[in-house]
Amino acid sequence: MDFNADHFTLFGLPRAFRIDANTLDVRYRELQATVHPDRFAQASDAERRRSMQWATKANEAYQALKKPLERAKYLLHLAGHDVGAENNTAMPVEFLMEQMEWREGVAEARAAGDHHELEHLHHRLGEQMRASYDELAILLDDSTDFAVASDRVRRLMFLEKLLFEIDDAIVALEEQ
Amino acid sequence: MALLQIAEPGQSAAPHEHKLAVGIDLGTTNSLVATVRSGLAVVLNDELGRSLLPSVVRYDADGSVQVGFEPQKRQAQDPKNTIASVKRFMGRGRHDIAHLESIPYDFVDAPGMVKLRTVAGVKSPIEVSAEILKALRVRAEAALAGELVGAVITVPAYFDDAQRQATKDAAKLAGINVLRLLNEPTAAAIAYGLDNAAEGVYAVYDLGGGTFDISILLLSKGVFEVLAAGGDSALGGDDFDHRIFCWILEEAKVSPLSSGDSRLLLTRAREAKEYLTYHAEAPITARLSTGELVDLTLTTEIFNEITQTLVMKTIQPVKKALRDAGLSASDIKGVVMVGGATRMPQIQRAVGEYFRREPLNNLDPDKVVAIGAATQANLLAGNRAAGDDWLLLDVIPLSLGLETMGGIVEKVIPRNSTIPSARAQEFTTFKDGQTAMAIHVVQGERELVSDCRSLARFELRGIPPMVAGAARIRVTFQVDADGLLAVSAREMTSGVEASVTVKPSYGLSDDEIASMLKDSMAHAKDDAFMRALRETQVEAERLIEAVQAAMSQDGELLSDDERGRVERAITKLQAAVAGDNRRHLTLAMDDLEAETKEFAARRMDKSIKKALAGRRVDELGNGLEAKGERA
Repeated sequence: MDFNADHFTLFGLPRAFRIDANTLDVRYRELQATVHPDRFAQASDAERRRSMQWATKANEAYQALKKPLERAKYLLHLAGHDVGAENNTAMPVEFLMEQMEWREGVAEARAAGDHHELEHLHHRLGEQMRASYDELAILLDDSTDFAVASDRVRRLMFLEKLLFEIDDAIVALEEQ
Repeated sequence: MALLQIAEPGQSAAPHEHKLAVGIDLGTTNSLVATVRSGLAVVLNDELGRSLLPSVVRYDADGSVQVGFEPQKRQAQDPKNTIASVKRFMGRGRHDIAHLESIPYDFVDAPGMVKLRTVAGVKSPIEVSAEILKALRVRAEAALAGELVGAVITVPAYFDDAQRQATKDAAKLAGINVLRLLNEPTAAAIAYGLDNAAEGVYAVYDLGGGTFDISILLLSKGVFEVLAAGGDSALGGDDFDHRIFCWILEEAKVSPLSSGDSRLLLTRAREAKEYLTYHAEAPITARLSTGELVDLTLTTEIFNEITQTLVMKTIQPVKKALRDAGLSASDIKGVVMVGGATRMPQIQRAVGEYFRREPLNNLDPDKVVAIGAATQANLLAGNRAAGDDWLLLDVIPLSLGLETMGGIVEKVIPRNSTIPSARAQEFTTFKDGQTAMAIHVVQGERELVSDCRSLARFELRGIPPMVAGAARIRVTFQVDADGLLAVSAREMTSGVEASVTVKPSYGLSDDEIASMLKDSMAHAKDDAFMRALRETQVEAERLIEAVQAAMSQDGELLSDDERGRVERAITKLQAAVAGDNRRHLTLAMDDLEAETKEFAARRMDKSIKKALAGRRVDELGNGLEAKGERA
């Protein structure tokens, strides 16, 4: 196995957005069972170091493939389309307007201590994101339209962040 | 009479020889050592049949040191030289320690970590902990009649890098080869999971003498996977004692206390706490050195009232850990209770109410961590057959980051990352012609550097002068399987490379450990130098054995020329083992390591190929669905 192989090759998975999460889990554990430092506690320094590098790589690869957003970013990276987190690619105005509405909704519900409304927003956003991921799967695996896929990933990055903020607001209310 | 075994050169005497390895629970209040004997994990008792060793160390003017029950009993007589709960000071500065004023020790503020002035000189918490570990090592070697190949030492999951490093240094100082630092709740989960064939998501609630941990684990056949860890490394049973202590002072209205009286009342407080586990009220009586008499009754109601905030303080980290794991309380199949402090009824009640299920108390909360550690030590020592083992995937509890402009923390490795883990981040220069860059490594969740723990500072020098923003400095964090961090930095754009690797500033350098070993020699009964030499010899023998085993297994991966070089390095090392020069020995070990580096890489590749062999992409079948994260 080439240490520089891509993450999909590492786990023997097809290079695609649609992957079988169960197979990924099983392969990850098989790989860790082989390379993990616990297997090399009695080995020489060189073997221990190598084991740490491999186990580190296995963890990194698993993290990159496990979560759909990370997996999409990684696929785009392999295809030569880097979705720079900091790059200020202008988002369409109507998307930004929509974001502002969402945020206002969350802020209002939070200020009013409206737990129910926050849960509702959380649910609605979850639905919207699921639809986006379905679209992303088609863009990445079927039509291989990487330019549009990059745009969708950027949007999803906004939505993920928003979802965290709603989570935060719910936790903050629960802790009061 | 046993016959001597004579082995073929290059073969170990007995391929399945049982190696002596132990698990050590280095606790705030009590410590234990356990091992696996005939397939069963057992706690090793002292000559009087006692399993616990009170984590109390007493220094005498003549340089002698006592550990355990004796010093614990006589604490009040010589409080300044009798150190209890030293775990609270590991890797801690003076300002980090709660209730410093009521602790009767003579603290010396040292950079990074406090030290304690005793009649036998100034001692660091590392040295005090090493005395406890030494006592446990001696107990184990007597019980097992042999030298240990190593130990798994447990630490609170919420221990930061400085505290972990300090623990590892203490073990080194005690002459113990650390097979692994293992998180206490993870150790408990191993003991519980193997004992009960548990499968599913479990929580481990671990309230010890001085630390609180909560870990959420996914247990499945052959795998222990930590999903999230949280806690408070300065919250434990001691704090409940302290609340009672404060209540006594208020109720009895006694004059300012001598350190002996403080110690006495703290002991009475602890006794009252333990009594209340089985009784509705506890009498507290004490005659102070001033002649004053303390005579009070503490009821369960008052105890619950004065400790309610402490109980609630443990529930917040539980919520956070569940959230980090993306789970809610109802997803938890069982809550394993660990640590003597979980015996308190108010803790049992609060945990039961939060999770809406009876906590699991079927394992001895004092012993479960040591038992789990011994089980893992047995695995790491290679005493279990392949296929009859398990995989342990643990996480780091606190985010690791770097200071950036304006004292803001840039997180490099987020908390709950599975270890080992590495990440690199690129930075650039701020000024034209800048040739050096200060790198400040911190740990914690807060935004501001001042609110996080400072782990290390170092400078990267020799950056070629460029305009601001042109240099590319890549800082790499690597966390190993013990949860310990190494940081390196390197300038990428120019041909010039500068890199430096740091050990956190609270850790001891190898030189410091060597000089401590030398200091301890003056009083030590066993010769520390001989011991260090012997240890290196054992290590060298182990290395030779490992390389020879690898060669007999995968010899075809080496060319004749390479094989010749490795064999020469082995011969050289064997000669050095026979001698008594430790420096020659380590140099010869380094040589052999260097000669086998490439070999190790090839062997690893081979075993990975084997593990993943025969798998085809098409084997995955059709109609795969995209799935998100594990629910």
